Amino acid sequence: MADDKDVLRDVWFGRIPTCFTLNQDEVTEREAEPYYLLLPRVSYLPLVTDKVKKHFLKVMKAEDVEEMWLEYEGTPLKWHYPIGVLFDLHASNTVLPWSITVHFKFFCPLVAKKLQYRDLLHCTSNSVIEAHFMSSIKEADALKHKSQVVNDMQKKDHKQLWMGLQNDKFDQFWAINRKLMEYPTEEGGFRYIPFRIYQTMSDRPFIQKLFRPVSPEGNVHTLGDLLKEMYPAALPNDGEQKRYQVVIHGIEPLLETPLQWLSEHLSHPDNFLHICVIPTPTD
Amino acid sequence: MPVSLLWAVDVYGRVYSLSTAGQQWEQCRDAQMEFKRVTAAQQCCWGIACDNNIYLNVHASDLPVRYQEETYENQRWNPVDGFSDRLLPSDRWQLSDVTGLQHQPLDNFRLPSSSWEWEGDWYVDENFEGEPTEKEGWSYAIDFPATYTKDKKWNSCVRRRRWLRYRRYKAMDTWAKIPSQQTTLPDPFSDISCGGWEINEEPRGRLSLWAVSLQGKVWFREGIYHHNPEGSLWEEVPLPGEVVQISCGPGDLVWAVLWEGQLIVREGIGRDCPKGTSWAMVDSPSPDVGATHVAVGVNVVWALTKDNKVWFRRGVNSHNPCGSGWISMVGEMIMINVGLNDQVLAIGSEDRAVYFRQGVTSSELSGKTWKVISVPRDGDRSHSSASAHSLQSAGCYFCGEVRAHCIITSSSPESFVDAPTEHSDQPIETPKSRIPKVTSDSFISELVSDRGPGKTSREVRSAGPAVLEEETIPLEGEVKAPDVGVSLSPSQSVGPLDPQWSNVDLEEAQGQQAQTGAVVDTADTSSLSSVATFTLAMEDPYGVDEHPMWAWVSGGGCSVDSHTQLNWFNSMVQSVQSMSLSVTPAQTAAWRKQIFEQLSERTKREMDNFRHYEQAIEQSVWVKKGTMQWWRDWKPHKWIDVHFALEQFSGPEGNKDGILFIYYNFYEEKKYLHAFVNEVTILVPVLNDSKHSFAIYTPERTKQRWPIRLSAATELEMHDWLALLSVSCCDSRGIQGPPSKQAIWSITCKGDIFVSEPSLSLEAMPYPTPCDQMFWRQVGGHLRVVECNSIGIVWGIGYDHTAWVYTGGYGGGFFQGLASSTDNIYTQVDVKNVYIYENQRWNPVTGYTNRGLPTDRYMWSDASGLHECTKTNMKPPSPHWTWVSDWTIDYSVSGGTDKEGWQYAADFPASYHGHKTMKDFVRRRRWARKCKLTTTGPWQEVPPIPLSDVTILPCAAQSSVDVVPLWAISNKGDVLCRLGVTALTPAGSSWLHVGTDQPFKSISIGAASQVWAIARDGSAFYRGSVSSQSPAGDCWYHIPSPSKQKLKQVSVGRTSVYTVDENGNLWYRQGVTPSYPQGSSWEHISNNVRKVSAGPLDQVWIIADKVQGSHSLSCGTVCHRLGVQPLEPKGQSWDYGIGGGWDHITVRGNSMEPPRVHLPSLTERTPLPVRNTEINSSAVGC
Repeated sequence: MADDKDVLRDVWFGRIPTCFTLNQDEVTEREAEPYYLLLPRVSYLPLVTDKVKKHFLKVMKAEDVEEMWLEYEGTPLKWHYPIGVLFDLHASNTVLPWSITVHFKFFCPLVAKKLQYRDLLHCTSNSVIEAHFMSSIKEADALKHKSQVVNDMQKKDHKQLWMGLQNDKFDQFWAINRKLMEYPTEEGGFRYIPFRIYQTMSDRPFIQKLFRPVSPEGNVHTLGDLLKEMYPAALPNDGEQKRYQVVIHGIEPLLETPLQWLSEHLSHPDNFLHICVIPTPTD
Repeated sequence: MPVSLLWAVDVYGRVYSLSTAGQQWEQCRDAQMEFKRVTAAQQCCWGIACDNNIYLNVHASDLPVRYQEETYENQRWNPVDGFSDRLLPSDRWQLSDVTGLQHQPLDNFRLPSSSWEWEGDWYVDENFEGEPTEKEGWSYAIDFPATYTKDKKWNSCVRRRRWLRYRRYKAMDTWAKIPSQQTTLPDPFSDISCGGWEINEEPRGRLSLWAVSLQGKVWFREGIYHHNPEGSLWEEVPLPGEVVQISCGPGDLVWAVLWEGQLIVREGIGRDCPKGTSWAMVDSPSPDVGATHVAVGVNVVWALTKDNKVWFRRGVNSHNPCGSGWISMVGEMIMINVGLNDQVLAIGSEDRAVYFRQGVTSSELSGKTWKVISVPRDGDRSHSSASAHSLQSAGCYFCGEVRAHCIITSSSPESFVDAPTEHSDQPIETPKSRIPKVTSDSFISELVSDRGPGKTSREVRSAGPAVLEEETIPLEGEVKAPDVGVSLSPSQSVGPLDPQWSNVDLEEAQGQQAQTGAVVDTADTSSLSSVATFTLAMEDPYGVDEHPMWAWVSGGGCSVDSHTQLNWFNSMVQSVQSMSLSVTPAQTAAWRKQIFEQLSERTKREMDNFRHYEQAIEQSVWVKKGTMQWWRDWKPHKWIDVHFALEQFSGPEGNKDGILFIYYNFYEEKKYLHAFVNEVTILVPVLNDSKHSFAIYTPERTKQRWPIRLSAATELEMHDWLALLSVSCCDSRGIQGPPSKQAIWSITCKGDIFVSEPSLSLEAMPYPTPCDQMFWRQVGGHLRVVECNSIGIVWGIGYDHTAWVYTGGYGGGFFQGLASSTDNIYTQVDVKNVYIYENQRWNPVTGYTNRGLPTDRYMWSDASGLHECTKTNMKPPSPHWTWVSDWTIDYSVSGGTDKEGWQYAADFPASYHGHKTMKDFVRRRRWARKCKLTTTGPWQEVPPIPLSDVTILPCAAQSSVDVVPLWAISNKGDVLCRLGVTALTPAGSSWLHVGTDQPFKSISIGAASQVWAIARDGSAFYRGSVSSQSPAGDCWYHIPSPSKQKLKQVSVGRTSVYTVDENGNLWYRQGVTPSYPQGSSWEHISNNVRKVSAGPLDQVWIIADKVQGSHSLSCGTVCHRLGVQPLEPKGQSWDYGIGGGWDHITVRGNSMEPPRVHLPSLTERTPLPVRNTEINSSAVGC
């Protein structure tokens, strides 16, 4: 029988085949070849697109290059969302590879209209991502253990978490991260489950509230319980066609799945359970 | 931790047990009648039922209780008849006991009680001192009594033979009445306590059982042990007064309470005198209030006084059983009991709940707090029919009890003198008058007397505390209404007048039965209210049973200690959770299955077609650094500080690899030593008291017998490094997950378990993989023996002889997180003895003293005498072990001991014997102390029989449900055959006992079901006709050991049979053929061998002593026999692998035929033998 540990590996080693093409409006010296890459689902775009940048810079004049940013079918891709979340939210149920358009200029009309995105797209260095990543972990641990675990860790442990993610070192990452996933057995789970529910249909970035893994009566909360409270519209009504898919890491867990288990096994490296609610494809 | 039971009796006389792993009281349904008191040991539970008889409930074990009856047939030779049963007048009987003094004809043997049955008829024992005799089993001598030999000689004038018959105890798991001895026991028993199993381990299962009769006499049950669970007779123990209650601990403590409230302590209890010799008196804890109850453990005494106060006795131990003083404890209890490990249980005087004393440790014997055991009873949460049943039984009980008392009362009215006695003691004291209930024979009178004073207090408006709360009265109320009247009315009518009301009232009640209705009518308002509650109770049976009321509890069979995780205390939440889980097992499986399926679908969808894409993140080097100490390579060897670094990187094919660096200073010069992670063959933890060290071997280091030895600052740090290095080594070799079915298992002398994945060419000819290149990784757990077969069934045996079965997991121990599976890892406990020796020398003036000669060994030493080991400075083997007992004299030393455990010899060091002779000037005795290790690993206990050896048919079964033969030897030497072992259920279902005439010590089953075993006398046996149809075979064939050698271990491969003797010689059995499986003779192969394992390919591996490496010599080394071929099964030479310090290896899982190497010379010249190999393998292998 498969072990729960295998889930951690599968989650970590999830890859999205991606085809990067240069935006047609960019001025090039010669035609840019598309660039194909396997992107880790649990990582962040700026961490994995150095090669893409190098590839396209070869065909561009230096003076035409500003900040690189990425877009999928008109939607700019936010750097601080995990890649898997971006894919599940915008591009699930589409043909693979995922086709991402690469931009080097902010002059395009699309972005001009949505200037508020500029901050979200603008990522000056990896240290910004590191800060974002670490603050997510700390926030998650505040929910799970009142920050006790993360505060007990040494600086080098924090570094090891980040280095593990940055260098795609599963063992290095989990050697530390397992401490963040522990909880006293008598309590049956974390204090609160760190989760974020994303939706394509709303302007709200995501839903995040306090939610416990076990009800006051001692019943185990499931994914269904969470959605019923946070986003009842995502649940199918009786006798009705399923309108929404609830996607985590590209899969649809059953609504009966215990939330605590999901949090331990299907959380992203930032220790949050990122749940995407997307419309069921019509065809 | 093995599951064990806590026993209790509720106020209705129902017997319940609570498992240490359980969350509810299970009612003992087979109890035919109600019980008053129970006292438990681990193997059985004794009880006094309401008929005042003693009952015994022996827990079923797979090992039957068999008793061997024997008698000797004696004959004398005369010239006319030859040997005949015509004996001389001065001779013994024709049929007698072994001494000849007792006449024992066959039909004189009777079953001791109805709990026994004969196993078969009488038969002649054809073995004589472990060797088969001529037919008919006669042994010969010159005259009676003399030395008997199996051979008839010219001067053999008499002969004798032994007749055997077995009887079996059949009353397992049921309450069987102990036949009473009417002649000597006129009065019934009122209290009972068993214990004493730690005084003496021989004979097995020995117990002391003490009982108190209603007249206050104390009786000791003689002759209780495993083969005679009922004991043989009661012996009265003289007393200084009348006893009301007695308590016997697991060791040598026995305390009793006298009527007058003082306590008496039994003195002189010891190994040779379990009954003790005399009594010492101890005053009641409180000068004004007498003691009512006492409970003793190994080193503790707890007592209760009449005011329900709890007392703890200071300073009690084996040498001072009386202790030094009383300490008052919190709590008000009505009954108290000390279980195993000196854990304390009590019943609260107010709520009648069972309390467990938390925090009792060997250093804090008085514990910390009382915690109520709040688990439901098995009927509590079921639907109402079940509780209706229990109500009914309660009702019946009252009738039965009343009648029983009447009978007794009428036959011997003076037996109820308790009430008057007590009455005269405390004529006026009203609320406290319920004291006698503890001492009285009947808990019903306790119950009702509870109510008596309660009522008294209510009616008289006394300030004394009501014993029972209002709502408990409906407890009786729920019983059928007429009975309520019967049992209630006397208390209400008589109670106020006569507070210590007793059975007389019940008799009266019996007489009043006809007027029941009237009695109910006459009941006062409080009884009306109870009737009102009664109707409520009918509507809501849960409410009534919510608080069970307990009368008696016994923890003598309940193995818990302060570390045990018990589910007894917060049952509400737990049971809700367990219920919600148990309701939806299918869904639980469904969601997990869904996730696994979808993840693999996702991999197919998103990755499988895009493998050629470039990875976004390049693998880079990752370095972990630390400081450690290193046992330096050059002389003088010592620990020096070094920097240690592990660099990991991805290899060219994406596989991970790494290098270890050790940076050190050599005369101010910076140097380093390095090792490639993919060359590391094993990481061995060497934890001892002063160093947290581990050894790293590579093939080169194995050849040198000189590993890299490193020591971390803390144990935690060492484990972190070991776990990391282990993962790194496994990664570099592409090994993950559990060991394969073919894996080779081995065990070090520390009990650490290692596995190695055999390469295909490990058994190849002519160029096998050198065994110093084998990679070993550690698996959690602690074992002494491990055996496996090629379908993945693995069994282990701990140092404490516990049997364990492998669960299919990996990791455990210090392998946390990723190096360990989450499922299939369980807690494992092991116990072993640490021994030291006390040495003395004789001198003419003072006799034996601890003053030796200046040249002598230490007066307290290890076995060699070279190291001083005193009781105080001796530490457990590593910090993981903790002491769990005190030092005790060990009598089970080879060579025998005298009564005080001494062994004598002419001088140190010499061979010792168990009795003093004129030539002896020195003596020694061995002291043992138990220590315990708790760890985790992929092992689950196979209760209940402790084992000393195990073997599994090595070859592959046809399917996962095929039954695989598994044989074992219990640690008492019984041969056992495990039923129901398959790849899916590796633990099997039950033991089948295979009869032998003497104890065995080693066993092995070959690929063709050949079973060989070694008896304790060192000879070998072959089991005939073992097949899948007859898994236990039919009879033993005796096979003499090699001349002058005592065999100790056997291993049977596909066809080969190898044994090892006590002098370290390895023997091969010659001439074994399918038609003559016993073979013809032993051929010497090698010496310095500790253990052998022959596998399904007939491969031979041993643990060898004294293997010389280039740097050092190692003992306990894994060696592989080279050159083993079908035509040359003995092989040619040894190849040396990992060591030293190895104790055990099994290669019986490796059934992978090596790839055939077609050397030109071999294939051209001798094609036939190669063909033969194939034929052989298909014919014999399966």
